[in-house]
Amino acid sequence: MKKNFISLKELSERNIGLAPGHRACAGCPFPSIVRMVLSASDNPVVVANATGCLEVTSTIFPYSAWPVPWIHSAFENVAATIAGIETAFRVFKKRGIIPENKKINFIAFGGDGATYDIGLQALSGAIERGHNFLYILYDNQAYMNTGIQRSSATPFGANTTTSPAGKVIPGKLQDRKDITEIIAAHGTPYVAQASPSHFYDFISKIRKAFEIKGPKFIAVLSPCVPGWGYRENESIEIAKLAVETCFWPLYEIEHGVYKLTYKPAKKLPVRIWLEKQERFKHLINREELITEIQKKVDEKWERLLNLDGKKIF
Amino acid sequence: MKLKNWKELPEGAIIKNTPTSPEFKTGEWKTKEPYYHAEKCTHCLLCWLYCPDSVITVKNKKIDVFLLEYCKGCGICAKICPVNAIEMREVEL
Repeated sequence: MKKNFISLKELSERNIGLAPGHRACAGCPFPSIVRMVLSASDNPVVVANATGCLEVTSTIFPYSAWPVPWIHSAFENVAATIAGIETAFRVFKKRGIIPENKKINFIAFGGDGATYDIGLQALSGAIERGHNFLYILYDNQAYMNTGIQRSSATPFGANTTTSPAGKVIPGKLQDRKDITEIIAAHGTPYVAQASPSHFYDFISKIRKAFEIKGPKFIAVLSPCVPGWGYRENESIEIAKLAVETCFWPLYEIEHGVYKLTYKPAKKLPVRIWLEKQERFKHLINREELITEIQKKVDEKWERLLNLDGKKIF
Repeated sequence: MKLKNWKELPEGAIIKNTPTSPEFKTGEWKTKEPYYHAEKCTHCLLCWLYCPDSVITVKNKKIDVFLLEYCKGCGICAKICPVNAIEMREVEL
């Protein structure tokens, strides 16, 4: 892992990220995620962006906060768009329009709505065709951009506008899908889960992904101030707690081999993470539901511990 | 700002010479703003990394100026700072 890391000092020399003046909410962590991804690349990048918070807030015409070539695509087809760009690049190389040794990193950004739900078929197709791109999922666990509607990334028990918590129903009744495992099941060369709070781990994963040929996928947790309900200065802390409670384990699957990249020294109870957020407020006095969530987290963590170091395909 | 008619808009709504967003000052959103104690700073650059609005600039691997006209006052920088070199102060409105 160490060889892939680039120090913050070096990263600051490159400093490619969203320009100031974008209109993301105060305290939203995805601009930092974008900065880490773009600055970590050794080669020029081309970015495709699905509809979602990131696209809506960073490119309000005639303003754009992107310092790199960027294209907007609809919710459902960002993976198809980046696949097309990558194919055009290959064809241009073949025809001699672009020099043979030119290297470009192709990156697609999508939120959880554009990845778990609407864009899953395009992503699945692009991965199956084996295009050379990196897909970054910033997972804020609901449709935050349109007003906090539940998505299939929303965890059990979360209060959203379309799964409101009341006296009878305690928020969302279903579990979230495990997108990392779904993508891994495609036989993708590199799949990882990361968090902005653990930047060393995240930047190493990005750089490792750029070195691998073929489709790559990194799921990044991106806490949401209005959607999750916490103070705007706590974004990074909330992301850190999600990792420390093992709700969001940091691991990677490289050519089928599982590797846990971070094991918390002391696994914290999930309650600590839930209590910090307004969307789980109704669960605090319902011990049986918290136990249920804890059980699910434990099961997944146990499974990962067992898989650590093993080859699945 | 006067809106342009369709003939004046670029084809395909292409935005050239990006980034153009710095023309839009988001600083007026804030109720608090960071105050930087330079003498305490160890230049670990965590605040630069985590500032969502690219307010904190770096020059020669050291923290340089704060572009407060874009700061939305979230306070992540003050929270992440390991040596408390950034303090959030109320802004007079």
